[in-house]
Amino acid sequence: MTSRRCSPIGDVLAIALAVLALASCAYNKGSVVLLPEKDGHDTAVVVTQGDKQVVLDRPYAAAQQTAFGARTYQSSEQEVAKTFGVALAAQPARPARFTLYFVEGKDELTEESRQTFEGVFAEILKHPVPDIVVIGHTDRVGTDPFNDNLARQRADTVRMSLISRGVAPDNVVAAGRGSREPIVPTDAGVSEPRNRRVEIFVR
Amino acid sequence: MLIARPLVTVLCSCWLALTLAASAFAQDIGQVKIVKGDVSIERDRQSMPAVAGTRLRTADVLKTGADSSVGVTMSDNSLLSAGPNSILSFDRYAFDSTTNQGQFDASLKKGSLSVVSGRIAKQSPDAMTVRTPAAILGVRGTEFVVSADD
Repeated sequence: MTSRRCSPIGDVLAIALAVLALASCAYNKGSVVLLPEKDGHDTAVVVTQGDKQVVLDRPYAAAQQTAFGARTYQSSEQEVAKTFGVALAAQPARPARFTLYFVEGKDELTEESRQTFEGVFAEILKHPVPDIVVIGHTDRVGTDPFNDNLARQRADTVRMSLISRGVAPDNVVAAGRGSREPIVPTDAGVSEPRNRRVEIFVR
Repeated sequence: MLIARPLVTVLCSCWLALTLAASAFAQDIGQVKIVKGDVSIERDRQSMPAVAGTRLRTADVLKTGADSSVGVTMSDNSLLSAGPNSILSFDRYAFDSTTNQGQFDASLKKGSLSVVSGRIAKQSPDAMTVRTPAAILGVRGTEFVVSADD
């Protein structure tokens, strides 16, 4: 009486399965999944493996790197949660943004923006280790050097107000972007109140 | 000479103070915001525990243990967070807050990583890369996850 388990064919199968199992451990070298963009902007990651290049530009488009080359596939929210749930849970909060507006040509806040400014302090309290970035902007009245300087002055003024209200100087940096990043694009020389602003990011 | 010497001293100390102030800012490329479990930073061949609030510098390497994770906000508003048993290295980082030009190269030696790209990638597509042992990712934006298996 011979048992099936001991047949030579069974042995070969068992060995083949074991080899496959081992190979699959070394097979996967990693993967990349593009996530949906919350505000609907265009988004893409270009994945290069050896001489092969793949562009991921749709939600959950994925590339896997294997011992035998790159493979693209469609991942899903569930699969991402399973593999990346812990990493995603540790993602810091998005920077909270406040926008303050200025009187033309000055580093003085408009009346309405003085009230917005108060909201910044409530936000700071929500962050266990707050760091704050203040970025000044101008409209397109005046030369670039003048606007770079004015943007920085506006940011510095707001930074000093934050410090005078108890924010540690080490935790708040100021920068000026001049007229490079308008909310409302205009020709040079156009006075535009919505572009004369300071953005505060609480992170 | 009698007049010049104090002047030189004053100028030198001003220059020194300015350089120190500038370098204090230049060195901080980001900040650890979230730490769960066992997370360490390797800097200048020394290992120290990472805590919420720790500021990062170029060439820092973050390591997470089992059941651990870490979340970081970079100065350009990029967000990076790594899951358990991960090694994440900040190879190169430069960011000009006036022009938003810069370069950010990170590498995930192993483990899992989630990324939300920031101002550097927004200003110049391909100015941000993430490397794994098996692939190079050019980041045009914005949110993605990447793993590197042993």
